[in-house]
Amino acid sequence: MTSPAPVIEVSELTKSFAGKIAVNRLSLRVEPGEIYGFLGPNGSGKTTFIRMLCGLLQPDSGRGTCLGHDLFRESHLIKPQIGYLAQKFSLYEDLSVRENLSFMARIYGLPKVRTLVEEAMERLGLARFADQLAGTLSGGWKQRLALAACLLHQPRLLLLDEPTAGVDPKARRDFWDEIYRLSAEGVTALISTHYMDEAERCHRLAYLAYGELLAAGTAAQVVAASGLFTWTITGENVHLLASGLKKRPGIEQVAPFGTTLHVSGHDPDLLQAGLADIDCRLYHCQASAVSLEDVFISLMQNRGGQS
Amino acid sequence: MSWTSFFSFRRFRAIAAKEFVQMRRDRVTFAMMIGIPIVQMVVFGFAINSDPKHLPTAVLSADHSVFSRTVVAAMQNSGYFKIVKNVASQAEADLLIEEGEVQFVLVIPPDFGRRLVRGEQPSLLLTADATDPAATSNALSSFRLVAEAALARDLSGPLTHLRRGPPPLNLILHPSYNPEAITQYNIVPGLMGVVLTMTLVIITGLAITRERERGTMENLLSTPVKPFEVMLGKIIPYVVVGYVQMGVIILAGLFVFRVPMIGSLPLLLAVSFLFIAANLGMGLTFSTLARNQLQAVQMAFFFFLPSILLSGFMFPFRGMPVWAQMIGETLPLTHYLRIVRGILLKGNGFAQILPQLWPIGLFLAVALTVGLTRYRRTLD
Ligand SMILES: Nc1ncnc2c1ncn2[C@@H]1O[C@H](COP(=O)(O)OP(=O)(O)OP(=O)(O)O)[C@@H](O)[C@H]1O
Ligand SMILES: [Mg+2]
Repeated sequence: MTSPAPVIEVSELTKSFAGKIAVNRLSLRVEPGEIYGFLGPNGSGKTTFIRMLCGLLQPDSGRGTCLGHDLFRESHLIKPQIGYLAQKFSLYEDLSVRENLSFMARIYGLPKVRTLVEEAMERLGLARFADQLAGTLSGGWKQRLALAACLLHQPRLLLLDEPTAGVDPKARRDFWDEIYRLSAEGVTALISTHYMDEAERCHRLAYLAYGELLAAGTAAQVVAASGLFTWTITGENVHLLASGLKKRPGIEQVAPFGTTLHVSGHDPDLLQAGLADIDCRLYHCQASAVSLEDVFISLMQNRGGQS
Repeated sequence: MSWTSFFSFRRFRAIAAKEFVQMRRDRVTFAMMIGIPIVQMVVFGFAINSDPKHLPTAVLSADHSVFSRTVVAAMQNSGYFKIVKNVASQAEADLLIEEGEVQFVLVIPPDFGRRLVRGEQPSLLLTADATDPAATSNALSSFRLVAEAALARDLSGPLTHLRRGPPPLNLILHPSYNPEAITQYNIVPGLMGVVLTMTLVIITGLAITRERERGTMENLLSTPVKPFEVMLGKIIPYVVVGYVQMGVIILAGLFVFRVPMIGSLPLLLAVSFLFIAANLGMGLTFSTLARNQLQAVQMAFFFFLPSILLSGFMFPFRGMPVWAQMIGETLPLTHYLRIVRGILLKGNGFAQILPQLWPIGLFLAVALTVGLTRYRRTLD
């Protein structure tokens, strides 16, 4: 079986700013129709990588194609087919919602601009703000306007840089419904996010830190590859245990979640030994599934320890 | 690749329409664009005088006596006049002055020498291009003294008696174009060029840096829009602004300062397009070079200062040192001032202003080329 041509395929892509490396020899492959999550701490190079894909930044070295076109020489062929949503709102604050959308539709050379714009506003619930200046919208609505703008020309690839930052849960749900609908139609999406629940919604994901790709694959693959084990401790005032536990050998991270404490480490025996003396009448300890968040934090800590 | 992949009229129109809307919403800038011409006109309502020398002069001499040679030599020695040409006909002399090649034409009638000796008080005619009275007034007033003193030396021996009594010759001064030497006639048309330079360079200078600073460039660069479409789309709306400003100045010139307008207004409006475009091109180029809006404004001023000082607006062009004149010749404003004064005050036609048009066109071409090559297609 031959797999279809990947939508994004880059290898050893590197970009530095004034000698400081932002993306370090990154290799990645995204298949058609995939929803690909892009995670990593602040300053890890997510935005930089996405900007290189849409021709906003010229990579220093490496190779790569996007929608079958070369990243270095054919960005003019890539641009018409992608929808890019920038992390910072980058439509015109002094234009109204309708004017912004019409402008974008014309820039992409779309036919029947008027009806297209009305439909787009209807679909994303923007109709009641049609004549309001974009600068006066609330953060979440700005984000939805930006999304509407980058969907107008029905791109084959969506590059969304933190599209749901500052968006309420209902709107986030709507957003993901829309993404799944598009994905079913064959649209590929690369989405950067800091939300774990969103990471788990992606077909596959990549974790970046300090410009390097530390993990990639489905959520289950990433968890399995981490070699991490987690125990949860439940009980009243469980957070009082946290500082004591952190010092014990084999316990690498302790994270409170309400009345639960997640304790993780790479060595299962050492981890169990570290929890042996916890009072079973007050607390309930059990081995449990490792969460993505545990994996990411562990990845970041380990990478941070090295450098 | 087809032509449309380099330039799409629809994309260009989208940019231009967007700029119009943004311009209309930006009240302060809009007010400035109309306010500046008015303020400038009030400020420059007075004249700035100076004393230029070595003004180019043509001589039309039909007399070959020693006396006419004396007068010409004395003019040359006075420092105010520089004889650049001897012409053979009145038509040739008129053409030189119309095109601004020379500032003065001295006409010596036939038998000047013979009539002088006979004590018949022959006439000398000095025609001046007085569109810029500051440039000619001192030269004109010195002429009488110079000529009389020089002839006095020649009238020796048997002619000594002519030194007494009435002056031996009759001087006719003929300041053409602006006979009453009203400086506003010169200033007001000149202001048109100055105001256009000042506002248009600054406004377009901000055009692209503003997109960068506000972050909207990030969105724009991720679309298929081409640099040339952006540049052109940002120029066209401000051409309209330029014409509105011209309208304000022309109306004020006519009804407040009562400047006579001899030449063809449609011609002026037509050739102004090139000048407006040249300034906008310059502004856009600054816009691509500047890192932020402040830098863009500074660059605009850096351009504006030599324009106003070396173009012949502040000081008569011919009164400046040669190096300054050379810089001045490269600036669009210098040529535009000659065009405006030529058309409005002298009634110049297209043929006469043609020599001033191509330097502006050349400037525009260079500015746009630099701008397009410097337009950053990426964010780094
Ligand atoms: N234009 C630039 N000039 C200089 N340095 C830059 C530039 N853009 C990004 N960087 C640097 O590159 C690194 C990666 O930044 P990037 O914006 O890609 O991170 P990110 O993963 O998107 O972070 P966040 O989650 O905060 O959005 C950072 O150290 C940042 O300071
Ligand atoms: Mg980012």
